[in-house]
Amino acid sequence: MTTHSSEIEPAAQGGDPLPDPGLPPHTPRLTDTDTKAAKRAERQIGVMFGIAALGSIGFVAAYLALPLDGDLGRLQLSNILLGLGLGASLLLLGLGAVQWAKKLMPDVEMVQQRHPLESPPEDRQAAVAAFEAGAEESGIGRRPLIRNSLLGAAALLPLPVLFFLGDMGPINPNPALVRSTTIWTRGTRVVNDVTFTPIRPEDLQVGQLVNAMPESYEEIPEEDAAERLTTRAYSSVLVIRLEPGEFEVPPGREGWDVDGILCYSKICTHVGCPISLYEQQTHNMLCPCHQSTFALSQAGKVVFGPAKRPLPQLPLEVDAEGYLAAQGDFTEPVGPSYWERAKYIRTEPA
Amino acid sequence: MSATVKVASKPLAALDERLTISTWFKSNLRKVFPDHWSFLLGEIALYSFIVLLLSGTFLTLFFKPSMVEVVYQGSYVPLRGVPMSEAYASTLDISFEIRGGLLMRQIHHWSALLFVASMTVHMFRVFFTGAFRRPREINWSIGALLLLMGLAAGFTGYSLPDDLLSGTGLRIIEGIILSIPVVGTYLSFLIFGGNYPGEDIISRLYIAHVLLVPGLILALVSAHLIILWYQKHTQWPGPGRTEQNVVGYPLFPIYTAKAGGFFFVVSGVVVLLSAFIQINPVWFWGPYDPSQVSAGTQPDWYIGWLDGMLRITPALEFVIGGYTLSLNVLIPGGLAMPIFAGLLVAYPAIERFATGDDREHHLLDRPRNNPTRTGIGVMAIVFYGLLWLSGGNDFVATIFQIPVNYITRFMQVGLFVLPPLAFVVTRRIAIALQRRDMERVEHGRETGVIRMTTEGEFYEEHAPIDQYEAYELTAQPRPKRIEAAPELDESGIKNPHYKKTKRQARLNRFYWENTVDKPTPDELHDEVEHAEHDTLDHLEHEALPSGGHNPPESTRHT
Repeated sequence: MTTHSSEIEPAAQGGDPLPDPGLPPHTPRLTDTDTKAAKRAERQIGVMFGIAALGSIGFVAAYLALPLDGDLGRLQLSNILLGLGLGASLLLLGLGAVQWAKKLMPDVEMVQQRHPLESPPEDRQAAVAAFEAGAEESGIGRRPLIRNSLLGAAALLPLPVLFFLGDMGPINPNPALVRSTTIWTRGTRVVNDVTFTPIRPEDLQVGQLVNAMPESYEEIPEEDAAERLTTRAYSSVLVIRLEPGEFEVPPGREGWDVDGILCYSKICTHVGCPISLYEQQTHNMLCPCHQSTFALSQAGKVVFGPAKRPLPQLPLEVDAEGYLAAQGDFTEPVGPSYWERAKYIRTEPA
Repeated sequence: MSATVKVASKPLAALDERLTISTWFKSNLRKVFPDHWSFLLGEIALYSFIVLLLSGTFLTLFFKPSMVEVVYQGSYVPLRGVPMSEAYASTLDISFEIRGGLLMRQIHHWSALLFVASMTVHMFRVFFTGAFRRPREINWSIGALLLLMGLAAGFTGYSLPDDLLSGTGLRIIEGIILSIPVVGTYLSFLIFGGNYPGEDIISRLYIAHVLLVPGLILALVSAHLIILWYQKHTQWPGPGRTEQNVVGYPLFPIYTAKAGGFFFVVSGVVVLLSAFIQINPVWFWGPYDPSQVSAGTQPDWYIGWLDGMLRITPALEFVIGGYTLSLNVLIPGGLAMPIFAGLLVAYPAIERFATGDDREHHLLDRPRNNPTRTGIGVMAIVFYGLLWLSGGNDFVATIFQIPVNYITRFMQVGLFVLPPLAFVVTRRIAIALQRRDMERVEHGRETGVIRMTTEGEFYEEHAPIDQYEAYELTAQPRPKRIEAAPELDESGIKNPHYKKTKRQARLNRFYWENTVDKPTPDELHDEVEHAEHDTLDHLEHEALPSGGHNPPESTRHT
């Protein structure tokens, strides 16, 4: 095969190598030539429409015959019968129509010419002239004061629109500050997040992991569902007991564990899913959303996955009655990163 | 005048006296549309959207978009007495108390999946056949917007039932919003009405889901269809089909029955799917609790690629001047979608620059006849597919018993290696197919008859193909090769556009590299003659012993 010599314009189009033979001759269908076949097709279509009608009746029958009473088997039956009735009705109505078009309506292809997809040159000129006339009459070119003040007014209009949305959420105090704290404070007891019972160090065996909440969560009134959810979204923690000496204690975190019992935020530092898959052999926690893996024996360090920062650790102590409690709030914001986050890292448990 | 016409004539006259509707009917009732199975894909998208509107309207009759806490007292026993949002409780009620409610929920969900899927495949069809070229670039861009709107509609709807899965999706969205530099923290509080999850988000998503997004989709779909109608549909090249005509069947009655019937087929299939295949049984997941998540959390399929990118993007987070920039979240969550949409919208212009082809096109390209475009398309599909698989990396890990970490590492590398590979391989295949086509035109089809010459040489007899097929195989436009204009003109003055034309020439060379040019009439004539001559040689050799039964028009290929 030869290639074309390269030029700016295409080598003279060269024309098609073969002349257009025009539309191929039409081959008649069986239903065009055989009246019996056509009758048969007519009957088929009639049967399809007939079944469609039965489907609608079936739907109504199923609707009336199967009132829901909480029984799951009955719900499933109702779902299947209603769906079968309506589905059959729609599907066969459609198939019948398509069959009608394919078998009995003419299948000789028709040819139509396309209209040009651009206006004639005189129309274009007339359009430009009309625009010019209008622009001229408005005088926008001659009166810069009007033009500029109009532009200025239009440019400022988005401001009220934007400020209209200002009260969609509380942004005073600063959200970055609000989201940097949790309800953990000095002395808040750690409670099991299912039974809400406080935990004694001796309740936990080495290697055991407990999902926990601050005891003060229970004090939030039931009616304040939003506050309860927010608390769960920020203050949920994991408590794990490791063999003393078998986990790393970074400088500054001495005394944050109670006999090897460590407490970490449960909220992933990637995009905030609660991390919940525990690998008992390695003491790693895996986030089921995006598989960030945190080593609880290495101060919550990320050992795999898209998260960058280790899980924040909650310093623990034992209160006067022998239960696990927090020494204070986390020293850094929990959950996903945000723009101002670094400003809210504290040196001491608050 | 037939009875049917008699019945219709009175209302028609009345309409005409008010809207001059006859003029419109005259030219549009018998408007011709070309026929091909691949033209149905866009129809599926349109019809599933209609099913979405209808089923969605039913659901709004019962759904309560409220995060007020209620204690469930409905007929689903395992959740009785459990506190939950009104949104979740009303979703349970739709499923358990309303006859056909569960069916309608499943219809809504299945048609949503189908809506995005059919838009995606329709886009592939338009891309691979070059249907986005002039004059259809505007409709291509509208289509890209529709795809984005489809994702938005899907995601806002996914979040409404306020079950554990949908809440987890929202939490991820919150993480993504937080990654936006400077304003992210504020935006999050504004959108959620306070600290996550707040009590406003469901009702806000609801109005977006039932009014804003579908309204936009409806407007865009209308524009899409009006433009399609006005510009007329593209058609495949072939005998009798030119850039100036449309060959096909009339709107009335053929497409009225076919397309109208197809709406019922699509909706019927969706209803049957919903009758037999369960989707999103929200009662299993339980109400949303930000401290709970189920293992194997999966979004709907169309969000999978974004979730996959979130999974495999390495931990690129930096603190610069005291401010945190989380590229590991911002790139997949915030930037990927606009970049993807931007590339889609820009592609027609990029191709136009590379090919220098600004002509009107109403005849489609067979994908093989534009190997580079086809390669780019397959490359994009492989890229998307890898991201999508990454979104299910935990499932892949479970099914194939491979550690999930290996899959992630593989994807991190594969995402940059496999798509270019797919490009090269696809382009080669396309070029090979082109060569086979030309072979068929010049040498005819293989007959399967093997002959032996007196010298003992074997050859297969070829028979010429019919003129319709031969025309179809040579109907594609000729690639336009561009060479850079000279840097200096005759009088030694520098060409100000030299750099641009040089870039264009380089891109053009890459674009048409190895693409097979169809022969010119003369070349084809020579080629066929040459082939016949070879056959005659054989005939001469064979003449005496075998009697030479070769028909003279058969051609040889060894």
